[in-house]
Amino acid sequence: MGIYIFGMHIMEGFLPIKWAGFWYIAMLPFLYMGVRGLAGSVKNNPRTILLIAFVGAFTFVLSALKLPSVTGSSSHATGMGLGAILFGPSVMIVIGLIVLLFQAVLLAHGGITTLGANVMSMAVIGPFVTYGVYLLLKKMGAPRWAGIFMGTALGGLATYLVTAIQLALAHPSDIGGFYASWVKFTGIFAITQVPIAVVEGILTVMVFNLLMSYSKQEMESLNLS
Amino acid sequence: MSNFKLNLVLTLLVILIVALAFVINSEAEFLGADSQAEEAVSEVNPNYEPWFEPLWEPPSPEVESLLFALQAAIGAGFICFYIGYKMGIKKGDISAKLQV
Repeated sequence: MGIYIFGMHIMEGFLPIKWAGFWYIAMLPFLYMGVRGLAGSVKNNPRTILLIAFVGAFTFVLSALKLPSVTGSSSHATGMGLGAILFGPSVMIVIGLIVLLFQAVLLAHGGITTLGANVMSMAVIGPFVTYGVYLLLKKMGAPRWAGIFMGTALGGLATYLVTAIQLALAHPSDIGGFYASWVKFTGIFAITQVPIAVVEGILTVMVFNLLMSYSKQEMESLNLS
Repeated sequence: MSNFKLNLVLTLLVILIVALAFVINSEAEFLGADSQAEEAVSEVNPNYEPWFEPLWEPPSPEVESLLFALQAAIGAGFICFYIGYKMGIKKGDISAKLQV
């Protein structure tokens, strides 16, 4: 492995076969849901195709930009929050899978064997947390921007907490077991991610505002909750 | 505050947060979090051998940054196309109404 591999997904070959398989199987039902959800949105509302592509493009940009963090290492945002709020979390599974596959094959970033685990953390659990927090804040009467910001930031953090759990399950420490490993991996991934999650939250609010002013019809046709 | 001004302020805030990393931790190397995770795996599980290698790796950091830049450019290109396209439609609607 080159020393210049940057990023934050679980690296190729770093999950033992049984865990790699487990996460692939865990991902499948969500992938089925995602494909059906995506096909449904396009069929019911063909005008949103361009907007879905927009959400994918946003994800492409954010996951290509590796940002330095206060911990002295670098990581990137996931870009999943915007689409999770606009289209619901399941659509993001398909978009996340495409981005992760692109990076695994062309950039040796993440991996084919660890794809299942990376899809679960970034494209399933992250978007569901984002959507849940967004709905919760909405119900509590918070302004929409606050729900978008908090949802996106917490979804990004959740992704990396799950990555740390996945690594700790596969590599429990001899002394201290799962918990000791989890603390170690959380220190590497999740704390680095805090300022980056805040940045992603702000960027998502900005892009949402742009869409609200220039793409109002499509945004209204989504019947945002 | 207009949308434009608000976005300007938010952009500055983003730049400040990112730049803060260099102020707080000016000596750091800013390596990727995953290369640190590789070290951590070899610490907690010294006998672990990755059982699968990437099928293809960018041959140099230059080629890698080319591909990352390409990824960002494709994304940003589409985002700008979309916003520009929608702005054009909006402007067209307004001028059509004015002519009627």
